[in-house]
Amino acid sequence: MTTPVVEAINLAEKFPGKVTADARPGYSGWIISKENLVEVATFIRDEMGYDALTNLCAIDYLEQKMMEVTYQVFKTTGGPVLTFKAQAERVDPIEIPSVVSVWPGAELQEREAYDLYGIRFVGHPDLRRILMWEGFDGYPMRRDWKEAFYEEDAKPLKSRWPEGKHKLAETRATFGDNVAFKPGFDPDKWIPSDPEELLYATLKNYKSEVKDGIKTDHVVVNMGPQHPSTHGVFRAVAVLDGEIVVSIKPVMGYLHRNHEKIGERNTWLQNIPYTDRLDYFNSMYNAWSYALAVEKMMGITVPERAEYIRVIMGELSRIQNHLILFGMLWNDLGSYFTPALYAFEERELILDIFEAVSGSRMMCNYYRFGGVVRDIDEASMKKIKELVFDRLPGKIEEIDRLLSENEIFVSRMKGVGYLSPEDSIAYSVTGPNLRAAGVPYDIRRADPYGIYDRFEFDIPVRHNSDLLDRYHLRMDEIHQSLRILQQALKQITEGPVLAGKPQYTHRVPVGEAYGRVEAPKGELGYYVVSNGKGNPYRYHIRTPSFVNITSMEKMCVGTKIADFVAILGMVDIVLGELDR
Amino acid sequence: MSNNELNSPGYEIPEELEGKVAITTLDKIYNFGRRSSVWPMMFGLACCAIEMIAAQAARYDMARFGMEVMRPSPRQADMMLVAGTVTKKMIPAIVRLYNQMAEPKYVVAMGACASGGGPFKEGYNVVAGIDKFLPVDVYIPGCPPTPQALVAGMIKLQEKIDKQSISQVRWYKKGADTVETPIPFLGPDLIDPRHIPEIKAKAAELAALAAAASETVA
Repeated sequence: MTTPVVEAINLAEKFPGKVTADARPGYSGWIISKENLVEVATFIRDEMGYDALTNLCAIDYLEQKMMEVTYQVFKTTGGPVLTFKAQAERVDPIEIPSVVSVWPGAELQEREAYDLYGIRFVGHPDLRRILMWEGFDGYPMRRDWKEAFYEEDAKPLKSRWPEGKHKLAETRATFGDNVAFKPGFDPDKWIPSDPEELLYATLKNYKSEVKDGIKTDHVVVNMGPQHPSTHGVFRAVAVLDGEIVVSIKPVMGYLHRNHEKIGERNTWLQNIPYTDRLDYFNSMYNAWSYALAVEKMMGITVPERAEYIRVIMGELSRIQNHLILFGMLWNDLGSYFTPALYAFEERELILDIFEAVSGSRMMCNYYRFGGVVRDIDEASMKKIKELVFDRLPGKIEEIDRLLSENEIFVSRMKGVGYLSPEDSIAYSVTGPNLRAAGVPYDIRRADPYGIYDRFEFDIPVRHNSDLLDRYHLRMDEIHQSLRILQQALKQITEGPVLAGKPQYTHRVPVGEAYGRVEAPKGELGYYVVSNGKGNPYRYHIRTPSFVNITSMEKMCVGTKIADFVAILGMVDIVLGELDR
Repeated sequence: MSNNELNSPGYEIPEELEGKVAITTLDKIYNFGRRSSVWPMMFGLACCAIEMIAAQAARYDMARFGMEVMRPSPRQADMMLVAGTVTKKMIPAIVRLYNQMAEPKYVVAMGACASGGGPFKEGYNVVAGIDKFLPVDVYIPGCPPTPQALVAGMIKLQEKIDKQSISQVRWYKKGADTVETPIPFLGPDLIDPRHIPEIKAKAAELAALAAAASETVA
């Protein structure tokens, strides 16, 4: 792929009075008046070629009495993201036009902004709460909304540091627990409304009809949140005609643990261990994206050796992520645990390396702004080399031989879960699933970060866009990751691994930044806003699992319910990141 | 279990029956059966669930201790391993699953979140520990606990089972202990039915305070 040329269309000149350049210091992009949002967005998509929306998030500027929605869009032919914003006065009801008609991939992200900020997206087809439940009191991500265990706006909390006279949160909270109710609330007089009613109303209506003289009914099936093959606490509600899916909706929020709210209270550095707990398979990769965003604002250059270490750790986690996916997929398809045991065997060896370099198997907390926290010692380096050069290539071959040609497997996977390349782009699908649809989009090449431009590797592409191709594509990716690792291990030089001195507090200049990486599951982005204080003003995580699930309904309708399990497995969701 | 442990001392076995008859207490043989086949419920909440799977896999192999049969149905499970952050949205389902489990049943809180909220305790959608709702038998520290820690926790549970007596355990007694845990529900916030009187009193108090404040302003 050639180096993409940055489009230099001046939107402010093109749409005078409707678009202005964002001139706030540290900010970039365009501010579009909300009345013209859809018109300008359509222009950006059709004329400028930004065919996919990647990130959409709201920011509450409490002091400016303004609610802002930020959009990041990219071209699937490569290049950096384009940022534009729409603003609305912070008076309820806050209304901003929906861009679902332009980019259908905005659907779930707009619902999230509605749920957490109370912004009504006019024209959204299905605007319901998504992470919290219907009936929850308030919009929790607003700056003036305080949780029951609220202590202070920003950490470090005075009760803990420096004196450390901490009282248990339960003794401080009004209701003695992590709950809050309005004054005068009476649970006995409270009339419960059915929280599921709105959900069922959005499904295609249940109907019964007479077919061939037999009375037939549609069936509503709930899968999850406790189900062995939903990969955690994901829930799907499907309307079935016999075995065929007529309509299906994802229901999430069962693992919504408020990363963003906690992240805004944390100091910049304190967020790094939290990023580990998003996609808990790839804690190494998660922190990378966050570090990139903050480094962009602080203008730090990462030392050479640290860049190599980042690539090594990142690609190792990509390999183990894909291995787990294979193992778990086969579990879901009924081959109980045997392939998973093969996958876990190799994963344990990779986790040994993580443990040796970072101290923890899963929650590595290893990346820092400007490098990594400590160097790889000789013994671990030797282990990595053994693994990458000697063991893994053969073992991947073995797993490939064991699984890929299996007749039952192929017949379960072939032609199932088709999603056209156009739909994939429209629904903001990123990562392996996009490349399996024939779109060679990989951020490592399209918008390079770190030192990925130094390595020789291919972006594998498959064209059938079914489950089998998605599976093969991931197998190809493992081989490419091994190629990158082998080059990185040969090229790595000695040197420092952290720019400057290790610090606990960081002064991040005022402004915004969007850092994006090609995580194993797709694009992982962090949108952070700093107001110059010790903690982020806004800390938004654009996770691949959450956005990729937008296309689930499109893939599942018309297939059998048993295939839904395989389709979901191939979307490769992880709940920590789906619900955040 | 060795012969010595199984045979309670003081009963002499006639010579012709030695090696054919063992004398023990009902508690011992009953606990031996239970502790050797603790079937966990297949039910992962968050990060800890991955370490739970790793503990089941080849390297750590929890099956060595008789607890490998993961059951997705609560009816077939003996032990609920709460592996991960408990959220307000999820807790009604968890309590319902617990109520559906047949007795004897045990709860193990795996990791910091399930034990007390962990790093996410301050979150608005997080329940600060499963013990706010269910009786926990063993807490396993860690974030997430390593598979070794999980196995150690399981062995602790086995030790606990060993010490129980049929005449003492709560599920064979008559009375309040066997009543189902009331299922919390989602209102404006999570409502625990056991705390309704307190919530009501506190909310009324707040309303009175607010009224007094507005009067003084006026």
